[in-house]
Amino acid sequence: MNWIQVGVLDDIPRQGSRVIKTASGEIALFRSVDDKVFALNNRCPHKGGPLAQGIVHGTRVTCPFHNWVIDLESGSAVAPDTGCAHRHEVRIAHDVVFIEVEAGECQA
Amino acid sequence: MGINKMRLVVIGNGMAGIRTIEELLKMSTDEFDITVFGSEPQPNYNRILLSPVLSGEMPFKDTILNDWAWYEDNHITLHTGKTVVKIDRKRCTVETDDGLVVPYDRLLIATGSNPIMLPVPGIDLPGVMGYRSIADVGKMLSKPGKGTRAVVIGGGLLGLEAANGLSLRGMDVSVVHLCDWPMERQLDKVGGGLLQKELEKRGLKFYMTRQTEAILGETEVTGLRFKDGEEIPADLVIMSAGIRPNIALAQLAGIHCERGIVVSDTMQTFDPKIYSVGECVQHRGQTYGLVAPLFEQAKVAANHLARYGAMRYEGSSVSTKLKVTGIDLFSAGEFTAGDEDEELLLHDSARGVYKKLVLRDNKLRGAVMYGDTVDGPWYFQMMRDATDVSEMREHLLFGQVHIGDSGLGGVSSVANMPDTAEICGCNGVCKGAIVSAIVDKKLFTLDEVRAHTKASASCGSCTGLVEAVLANTLGGDYSARPSKKAICACTESSHQDVPQAIRDLGLKNIPDLMQAMQWKTPDGCHACRPALNYYLLAAWPGEYVDDSRSRFINERVHANIQKDGTYSVIPRIWGGMTSPAELRSIAEIAERYEVPTVHITGGQRIGLYGITKENLPKMWGELVDAGFVSGHAYGKSLRTVKTCVGSEWCRFGTQDSTGLGIQVEKMTWGSWTPHKFKIAVSGCPRNCAEATIKDFGVVCVESGYEIHVGGNGGVKVRVTDFLCKVETEAEVLEYCGAFMQMYREEAHYLDRTAPWIERVGLAHIKQHVVDDAVTRAALYERFLESQRYSQDDPWKERAEGKDAHEYATLATIE
Repeated sequence: MNWIQVGVLDDIPRQGSRVIKTASGEIALFRSVDDKVFALNNRCPHKGGPLAQGIVHGTRVTCPFHNWVIDLESGSAVAPDTGCAHRHEVRIAHDVVFIEVEAGECQA
Repeated sequence: MGINKMRLVVIGNGMAGIRTIEELLKMSTDEFDITVFGSEPQPNYNRILLSPVLSGEMPFKDTILNDWAWYEDNHITLHTGKTVVKIDRKRCTVETDDGLVVPYDRLLIATGSNPIMLPVPGIDLPGVMGYRSIADVGKMLSKPGKGTRAVVIGGGLLGLEAANGLSLRGMDVSVVHLCDWPMERQLDKVGGGLLQKELEKRGLKFYMTRQTEAILGETEVTGLRFKDGEEIPADLVIMSAGIRPNIALAQLAGIHCERGIVVSDTMQTFDPKIYSVGECVQHRGQTYGLVAPLFEQAKVAANHLARYGAMRYEGSSVSTKLKVTGIDLFSAGEFTAGDEDEELLLHDSARGVYKKLVLRDNKLRGAVMYGDTVDGPWYFQMMRDATDVSEMREHLLFGQVHIGDSGLGGVSSVANMPDTAEICGCNGVCKGAIVSAIVDKKLFTLDEVRAHTKASASCGSCTGLVEAVLANTLGGDYSARPSKKAICACTESSHQDVPQAIRDLGLKNIPDLMQAMQWKTPDGCHACRPALNYYLLAAWPGEYVDDSRSRFINERVHANIQKDGTYSVIPRIWGGMTSPAELRSIAEIAERYEVPTVHITGGQRIGLYGITKENLPKMWGELVDAGFVSGHAYGKSLRTVKTCVGSEWCRFGTQDSTGLGIQVEKMTWGSWTPHKFKIAVSGCPRNCAEATIKDFGVVCVESGYEIHVGGNGGVKVRVTDFLCKVETEAEVLEYCGAFMQMYREEAHYLDRTAPWIERVGLAHIKQHVVDDAVTRAALYERFLESQRYSQDDPWKERAEGKDAHEYATLATIE
């Protein structure tokens, strides 16, 4: 387990997202309307669009490039589209946000 | 929980009944114990694809809509091959022919219809059958193809499809029909004549204006005798003289029936526990035999069964398309002109093209098309929208000329298009891919085709073509876009409903709006939230606080996202007039930020491309210091006012087009609109500023200013409509503000001015902006009022620190 502190909950706008830079590419942190936080690689499985720039709705984000909808809990594209963005574990303790960066490709 | 579940029994395992269950499952998967009775032994199949099965163009298994596993997965008890013979409304039970009794809390009758069997001698002979089910098709195909003489009684839609199918199987086919021409309920005499000629060319024989007196034969059918005494031989007789709602069971149970089972707008029969949908119902005096209305009914019935109680079925207008490969035919509405109606006709016998449009009070009432049907869905849409077509009368017959100009070069007949023809240029989707998605994935609607193939899901200009492919593949039964369409799957509300509710209920933010209009999702989606944000912003200027979370990325960060995730920065250059000092500032800033691409845009601006998000606020700060404001090249907003140099320099110039353009831009910049809005001012009719392909275009002439509206370049070029001529610059400003405000208040979000004008009609706009000075002044006033709050430069605000989190990385992990 290697939890890394990346900020506090209020750094991420509700229904919004922030970007974390890592050696292996960007990770997008999303915060849903009911304050759940998710982390996915910042690349849409379709054409690599930056998911962090999309509109967050429910526990989904819509890619700004071609409107693919990605489920934040699993990282999978919502049917009928297929594919997924690699997800990372997130934990929140006393409003501090930690993530565990796991290298690797998406496991849908 | 099983004990608390409602028991729903569905009589009829066909398309209407099962569609209702599917709609119900979408809303509440857990509330019902569902039992389905079907008298046919198969699971639910696509009855409208019987004709391709008959002709051998499709195997039966491809028509199955819900396989056995579907019923199992959804815990639906299915009884096939069982016929319900009794409904006991007192005990709330149904009883089958083999004695099974099942209780219900809610009952759905979807018994469909039966073919009308003419009351003539010989009707019971073997070899005489209807054309309604896969069993009928099986019986027809049990005869050898070669040498069998088939007679189809009834030259309507279904009869001709059957005749064509049997003929493709090698049979010798005749069609007997009462009227002068085939499909008289969908076609006029000329159209019907063309169709008959084409079918005769394919080998069908027609016996027109003949009434069948008797079917001949001892042990099986051998022929047919007409009233006039003529006899023709036959080994197979198909009755296709119409369908009759199957109401026997309902009548027996004492449920009020006329021609069909009478239902209300909530699809309820006179017994409130009993609902009915499909071909068996009679709603507001109408019965329906096509699938699109049935699906609309299913949606409403499910909504009420699930106790949402939010929808009403208000009847459907239907369009028809014959499912015979290679024949393009379309019909909708009233196609016989009455006394008050006018007809527009086009008949090119060499090309085999015939079009007739029927108008009343400048509105389309009906259309018949043969040979070239690409514009069918367009006409149909205008019919249902009751669009005033007076301004486009001259061009109406020639169609929505630029439909789908994604390299198709004016192909007008979808049926004759090869499978490799590209329909959607944005997403590279060919006709063949759309057709196989429709067939393999069992798609019925435009939205489904969009979801699965992406065809017409980007710029939308090929929507008409995709609908035509859909119509062509599914025949008359495709489900057309309803005229009042829900904004997205989160809601039943349409783009008409929302602005109305905002005004009527005084709603001032998105959560309240969603709650008042019963949104089905907690916070909407990428499609509805930007729309709601826009409508609220337009309704309450100065009061509504823009919700940046409901803005598409470009509008949220005030720059245009590029394919590599960087952004473009395009400062405003008023009226396209610049100076060496301005150019020097831009050049220096571009060098300082090592901008990889500097490009002159089509709207006379300078675009700087490849800027990282982190650099945006700093760069804007420098641009602001040099005197620039945001160019809004990223927004659904006023983009640019393009001008020529006009009378100041040009020897042809009639007015100061540049000066006027700058005034117009100073007045309109910063305004949010339903879609992007472009303006141009040309100094003379040579029109160097291309004002006639802009949303609002001014063409200066010696005596004043011509105002043109509703043009656009881009995928679907549309030339403006002439609005009016005015004499002064002040009037240009007033008309411009009034027109923009009307567009802002009336258009649906993401409609550009062209589709808005095409929907409401230019006459409607003239009435408010030109004819009525009071309305115009009020519109102009509202525009200026709204502008008071929208001309704070968003770049300046962000250079000073607003929304800093949008531009900064949260953390960097090594």
